[in-house]
Amino acid sequence: MKLRLRIWRQAGAEDKGKMVPYVIDGISEDASFLEMLDVLNEQLIAEGEDPVAFDHDCREGICGACSLMIDGQAHGPQGATTTCQLHMRQYSDGDTIDIEPWRAGAFPVVKDLVVDRSSFDRIIQAGGYISAPTGTAPDAHAVPVPKPDADAAFSAAACIGCGACVAACPNGSGMLFMAAKVAHLGLMPQGQPERHTRVLGMVAAHDEAGFGGCTNTGECSAACPKEIGLDVIGRLNADFRKAATRAA
Amino acid sequence: MAVSGVLLVLFIIAHMAGNLHVFEGPEEMNAYAHGLRTFGEPLLPHETLLWIMRLGLIAAAVAHIASAIVLTRRAARARPVRYAHRRPARGESRHAAATMRWGGVVIVFFLVWHLLDLTFRTVNPVKDAPDAYGAVVASFTPERWPVTVLYLLAVIALGFHLRHGIWSAVQTIAGPDHKWRKRTQIIALAVAVIVSAGFAIVPLAVTFGLVS
Repeated sequence: MKLRLRIWRQAGAEDKGKMVPYVIDGISEDASFLEMLDVLNEQLIAEGEDPVAFDHDCREGICGACSLMIDGQAHGPQGATTTCQLHMRQYSDGDTIDIEPWRAGAFPVVKDLVVDRSSFDRIIQAGGYISAPTGTAPDAHAVPVPKPDADAAFSAAACIGCGACVAACPNGSGMLFMAAKVAHLGLMPQGQPERHTRVLGMVAAHDEAGFGGCTNTGECSAACPKEIGLDVIGRLNADFRKAATRAA
Repeated sequence: MAVSGVLLVLFIIAHMAGNLHVFEGPEEMNAYAHGLRTFGEPLLPHETLLWIMRLGLIAAAVAHIASAIVLTRRAARARPVRYAHRRPARGESRHAAATMRWGGVVIVFFLVWHLLDLTFRTVNPVKDAPDAYGAVVASFTPERWPVTVLYLLAVIALGFHLRHGIWSAVQTIAGPDHKWRKRTQIIALAVAVIVSAGFAIVPLAVTFGLVS
């Protein structure tokens, strides 16, 4: 199929950047979206032009490296999938596709469609972990976990840290990402000792990084490729209230 | 945002319910207005309750607007470059991004008119303060139909504001799970519809001659 693409090109962090039109032909409907970009890049390289920079790694929806705002939707039109899981059968011959990077002050553009998501790492460093002794792994059933808690924690742990929630949020907030980590660890017995310092530290790092505030519009959850629900934000709010009251 | 919002919602429900006294006739309506001023007398000074409520309301409104300004400025800084391709919202409060901030501004402008109209009576033909009933009837006479339209627009903006605001406040303060969040959203919609309808019915009733 033949497609018209409009892609955000920006040579570097300080460059102004603009949407640049491209035409690409002979794309198979079985190609993935990223393979379509690979074909475009081969074409650009053959023409002696600079290929489009975009993030990708596992290409099977589990690493969280790929991003892309496709026609104004994080990870494209298909629900519950990452960009690498999107296939060209979603499109028809002659379609125009707009491709932009995640837009957030906390995710500065490095080049073209690649953004720097290290602000997420700083949020994790501020409390998104448990302190555990090193050595042999303990028996899996050494600490009993109620089944509903294990299931809820697992759903929250499905977060791959891709940043679609921030990209989709009208406030540019990283609340869903942060709340997924707080809910995941806070539901487990191993996460209890640091439960209060975790939520206070992560919220402070989130605000420090320049993310916006959460106003509960729910755009994050609708865009999340792992379908993480707003209930994790409820948990974060409840944990934050308790932790802040205790700290005061 | 959430705590001041809850206080304002409680006020707005009481205000809406109080307005319905207009359907009982001039005596009951004016007696209700008089009662608000003389509540607790002679033990308490004149208008004690009214002034406690007014000061609380002003504090809540100031806190609410200040929080909204902080959130809006943070949001603007958090997305310095906007998307070239934008799509309609698809989240659980898909109207919120479009209606909360602008709707809030509409409500503030409406409030200025509303206070000049029915509290200070600057733009109301009935200057006699105890005659609340007369002022309401004079405000919404058919000849003053633009006033009725203004009130209806404000009430619609308020309805949208409440649908998102109520469940969002509960989400912020209580942190409900999935089941309770869905229930809160239904309650928020019900309160929004009831409050909007309760407010809208008074100017409509006067304009269409059911109350005169």
